Amino acid sequence: MLRLTDVDRSLLGGERGPAAAMAMRIVLRMAYVWRALAMLDITGAHIDGCLYHGDGGLEFAERLASSGGRVAVPATLNIGSLDFLRWRAAGVPAAFARKARSLADAYLRMGCRPTWTCAPYQDTERPAFGAQIAWGESNAIVFANSVLGARTNRYGDFLDICAAITGRVPAAGLHLEENRRGEWLFRVDELPAAVREDERFYPLLGYFFGMVCQERVPVIDGLPPTASEDDLKALGAAAASSGAVGLFHAVGITPEAPTLSAAFGVRRPSRVVDVTLDDLRDAHRELSREDAEEPVDLVALGSPHFSLAEFRRLKPLLDGVRVDAAVDFVVCTGRATYELARTEGLADAVERAGGRILTDTCVVNTPGPRGPYRLMMTNSAKFAHYGPGKVGCRVALGSLADCVRSARAARVVREEDGWLVAR
Amino acid sequence: MWRGEVLVGGAAEGIALVTSIPLSFWGGVEPLTGEVIDSHHPLCGEHVTGRVLVMPRGRGSSSSSSVLLECIRLRTGPAAILLAAADEMLALGAIVADELDGQTIPVVIVPEAVATVRSGDRLRVGPEGDVHLVEAASP
Repeated sequence: MLRLTDVDRSLLGGERGPAAAMAMRIVLRMAYVWRALAMLDITGAHIDGCLYHGDGGLEFAERLASSGGRVAVPATLNIGSLDFLRWRAAGVPAAFARKARSLADAYLRMGCRPTWTCAPYQDTERPAFGAQIAWGESNAIVFANSVLGARTNRYGDFLDICAAITGRVPAAGLHLEENRRGEWLFRVDELPAAVREDERFYPLLGYFFGMVCQERVPVIDGLPPTASEDDLKALGAAAASSGAVGLFHAVGITPEAPTLSAAFGVRRPSRVVDVTLDDLRDAHRELSREDAEEPVDLVALGSPHFSLAEFRRLKPLLDGVRVDAAVDFVVCTGRATYELARTEGLADAVERAGGRILTDTCVVNTPGPRGPYRLMMTNSAKFAHYGPGKVGCRVALGSLADCVRSARAARVVREEDGWLVAR
Repeated sequence: MWRGEVLVGGAAEGIALVTSIPLSFWGGVEPLTGEVIDSHHPLCGEHVTGRVLVMPRGRGSSSSSSVLLECIRLRTGPAAILLAAADEMLALGAIVADELDGQTIPVVIVPEAVATVRSGDRLRVGPEGDVHLVEAASP
């Protein structure tokens, strides 16, 4: 039986207005779905409902906003359906832009911060270890839980804003210590060091274990200590696309897994998987289905949003490079990161090479000026997974340097496939 | 008859569309048409419209609740969803449809049915989470 506090009951009873009452009703219906026994306070939220998918979501947000809905905790906004700064230049149809802006306005009226990024963990302020938060956006959820050690369930669109308005969530799932220990063990320490140090390893590994372990908590043993936040971002985003992973532990790297035994706590691994090169090759084959003869017409970087560190890696790769005129070379990033990249001359380097920057959104969520595209080259498993369905194009996956090479040549060029090709 | 656990209540009847691979509604279903667009999914090209969608659970995007809501409102969505385990995104989309319009689709956890039902079976889902095989698919 779910225990409610006086605060919960007053929210539900409408003492804080009709929007808070509606939000609390939805939160409590989800408490039932999660079989929660109690509620808890959150200290922050990240709202994914601000992407326009249709008039239902717009009506929902406008109903909350017009009946006095106001966030009770700091709330950041995920990407929207537009680059709010450049949509006219990008040729986005005005009718679509109007809907996307109406939805954005509703969330801004409720007091959300216009961060417009799917990587809110790149913000200067990010949740502390152990903080109870309500985050939407599958990649942000897995990053917050795994890399920051904050605690969030997988919040879907609508529940995120309801949690932010009420400040209350069901005490269930990944909010609770007992559900955060590892369940399945994935061992990668037998893989050659050259594989584990290759940037392509992370998205492929994530895609593989997400597919097999789905919603369970995986523990990865054997990631090199050089794994960067961008590597872990790529890993988590891939696992949350092929599966429903909300938390992973990387032994010796993520904060709740200083050791293998700490990662599992009182649990024992219910399954142990020794990841093979063939598993990674299978993931690559599933994601990368290019026809070798087909020209590349879209190179997409930044899913999840490009970080400042990635801009710094990209700049030397673009030295002296001119993107082929037939290729739309797009770097998707948050507006805060864009400002930093601009200050360092990194954004300028993209534009000088003939590429463009897209802030506030990404290529699978906003109409492109030069679409329909036929073949996308990307270094992101998440773009590769959703590209065919959302953009309607084929996808080739490669490293960051391969993406630049392919942009220049307007066809898929990889330095060397190396271990990705079975011998 | 199978007795399930109701996540979102309602009654519906339709032809089963069964998959053992979880489906993300965002990036997986086009709300305007109800077509499965996830090229990595075995149901790609099928339509969920009016079907009783039977699968282990959801996966992927946290916008799946949004896409399910749009599908329900545009009448392109499934008639009901049967799952083997609770899925927060799909339950949420159906709950918000109910809150907005008082109209939704049943979402039921019923692992035995998920393990048994075949695509093409005609199923009836009752308000108590009871799932009935009305007519088996012709072999």
